[in-house]
Amino acid sequence: MRDTGVHSHQVHELGNKALGDAHLQEAYRSSTLRLYTHRREAISEVPGFERLRERAQALKRQVMEHLDFYLEQFADNVERQGGKAHWAATAEEVCAIVRDIAERAGAREVVKAKTMVSEEVELNQALQAAGIRAVETDLGEFIIQLAGERPAHIVAPAIHKTRRDVSDLFVTHLHCERTEEPERLTAIARRALRERFAKAGMGVSGANFAIAETGTIVLVENEGNIRFCTTAPRVHVALVGIEKIIPKFRDLAVFLRLLGRSGTGQKLTSYTSLLTGPRRAGEDGPKEMHVVLVDNGRVATLADPKMREALYCIRCGACLNTCPVYRKIGGHAYGWVYSGPIGALITPQFTGIGQARELPFASSLCGACREVCPVKINIPDLLLHLRSEAQEKTTAPKPPGAPLSERTSMRLWAWVMKRPRAYAFAGWMARLGQRLFARQGWIRKLPAAPASHWTAGRDFPALAPKSFRERWKEISKQ
Amino acid sequence: MAASKPKVALFITCLTDQFAPHVGECVVKILRRLGVEVTFNPAQTCCGQPAFNTGYREEARAVARRVLDLFEDADYVVAPSGSCTSMVRVFYPELFADDAERLQKCRQLGDRFFEFSEFLVKVLKVEDVGASFSHKVTYHDSCHLLRELGIEEEPRKLIRNVRGIHFVELQDYRLCCGFGGTFAVKFPEVSVAMGEDKLRAVAETRAEYVVANDGGCLMHLAGLIHRQGLPIKTMHLAELLACQE
Repeated sequence: MRDTGVHSHQVHELGNKALGDAHLQEAYRSSTLRLYTHRREAISEVPGFERLRERAQALKRQVMEHLDFYLEQFADNVERQGGKAHWAATAEEVCAIVRDIAERAGAREVVKAKTMVSEEVELNQALQAAGIRAVETDLGEFIIQLAGERPAHIVAPAIHKTRRDVSDLFVTHLHCERTEEPERLTAIARRALRERFAKAGMGVSGANFAIAETGTIVLVENEGNIRFCTTAPRVHVALVGIEKIIPKFRDLAVFLRLLGRSGTGQKLTSYTSLLTGPRRAGEDGPKEMHVVLVDNGRVATLADPKMREALYCIRCGACLNTCPVYRKIGGHAYGWVYSGPIGALITPQFTGIGQARELPFASSLCGACREVCPVKINIPDLLLHLRSEAQEKTTAPKPPGAPLSERTSMRLWAWVMKRPRAYAFAGWMARLGQRLFARQGWIRKLPAAPASHWTAGRDFPALAPKSFRERWKEISKQ
Repeated sequence: MAASKPKVALFITCLTDQFAPHVGECVVKILRRLGVEVTFNPAQTCCGQPAFNTGYREEARAVARRVLDLFEDADYVVAPSGSCTSMVRVFYPELFADDAERLQKCRQLGDRFFEFSEFLVKVLKVEDVGASFSHKVTYHDSCHLLRELGIEEEPRKLIRNVRGIHFVELQDYRLCCGFGGTFAVKFPEVSVAMGEDKLRAVAETRAEYVVANDGGCLMHLAGLIHRQGLPIKTMHLAELLACQE
């Protein structure tokens, strides 16, 4: 049974574990580099890409300012088209709604399209507890479901698995012959999934966009499994985070041009499905279509004028691929469902800062994420904001061996920095003290945390014999 | 240059003051060579970034308030650091967003506060400072300089105009070196791994020197180089531009 809690407080340990795994490091390095490069090539072909980003940002801002209006418009239009709109405030409510729909439909098996919201609310476990089998049909999700893991990436959930890993999993769980050829592995998965599609009484999907004007949900994919999940079974349930709304049908053109290019470097993904209500007379498709509008922490994020921006995210994954920290620590180190820079932002928002107070610190604040974000979220700035929230609402864990708590050291630091004479005296004291440690201008080992963390992997420079301020008297005379 | 000498108040940064005063001296030397009158107010300490970066805004504000007051009357303030310059220009306004009076002061100071290479190229309109240095050199963009201030070309122009220099770009030069302020001690293993990637890129260029504009990045990279005994030297841009072989 897989663990279901939020493990974001273990980001240090989990990150270091990933760092020490050469196999994993290579998987992350090569995959993120591939996606990063594809994105760069794809956007270089679009003149005015920057204007497109600005337009998308403006649209998302507009949505967040008037989300209540657009949500009601969307829900009304879903019902007008013959669908049913449900509202869920919490993960439990989402699971209960989906379970009830499945039970009423008599579905014992459910096929699932890739949906991060269902990962977030742990739908599979909830369905399983009700005796309903949920099968992931996205190849990456299928792989991690077999492995009993969470997605390691927003777009490519099995990004951390090499061909050999997948082969091992398939041999163990599907009892097939060993092969490491991607085509044959895909064929094996497809065979296993066809059977499940045939038996499923219900399909569950997410939504990339929800168009308020028409009540349409939009899904993008490359495998065709989403189209299958949303059209073959008798019942289709779409889980839609409330931030997925876009106002008008024509706005979709802006977002579709950004999403594929930013995520995988594709002009468009292989399939783009626009679903408006269940089937009508003489058409194919599900008899019932349900849309579950999910809050689960989003309303609280919306209420914070600063953090609201995090809801602009269209889950393209570009910030993960470009992030030097994500590339090293990998997706699982973030300890929950969403990873990378955007995960470090929304995990504390959705699970509470107390659950994930270390995540905003898991960044060098280099800002590479902001450069690639298709909706121009100022990620480093929001991370800084969350850092201050973390310090206000929670207490930094004291590193083992640290003489002072972080808060006390910072207060002491500020006290010194406000007093030039105390600052100069501290410098003088440090020069005296470093005689014990420094050899030829370098210190190999500093005695106490957090300074000792520096010297665990690097040498620390000794203070110069005289500070600039001490030398200034001389310099100023020259 | 205009007839009257431009006046610059130095913001020397705490790292430069304590660990690399030589960099400060080089800044003075170059500015004087260009006819600038240079002053240094020893009442300055730090810009407040360590506290801000770690989420202690109250402590950061207390330190930042002093900077606002100390440099109120300066024509120009010049700092040999992209990071401290972004702190003042980009993050001070955020720190004092709820304090209209100080916010105004932040904006005024931000307009007069320049990173060293930026000041040379944009304000003094100097791209050749008359330096010479016959070595192979590469350049590391510090992230704050590059992305918060958008300073990408200025240091390169200055470097390319050094006589005798052989300048080579780093592969994927926009990639962070892993310093990240307190990130370096909060996630030391990740920070070191990122630094190793950067140094691998430096080694691939076969440059003797890696030049940067920020004491933090340089301290991190030099510490790694020294620990691992690598045949690379670090250098602040001001040190390079002060060279007249």
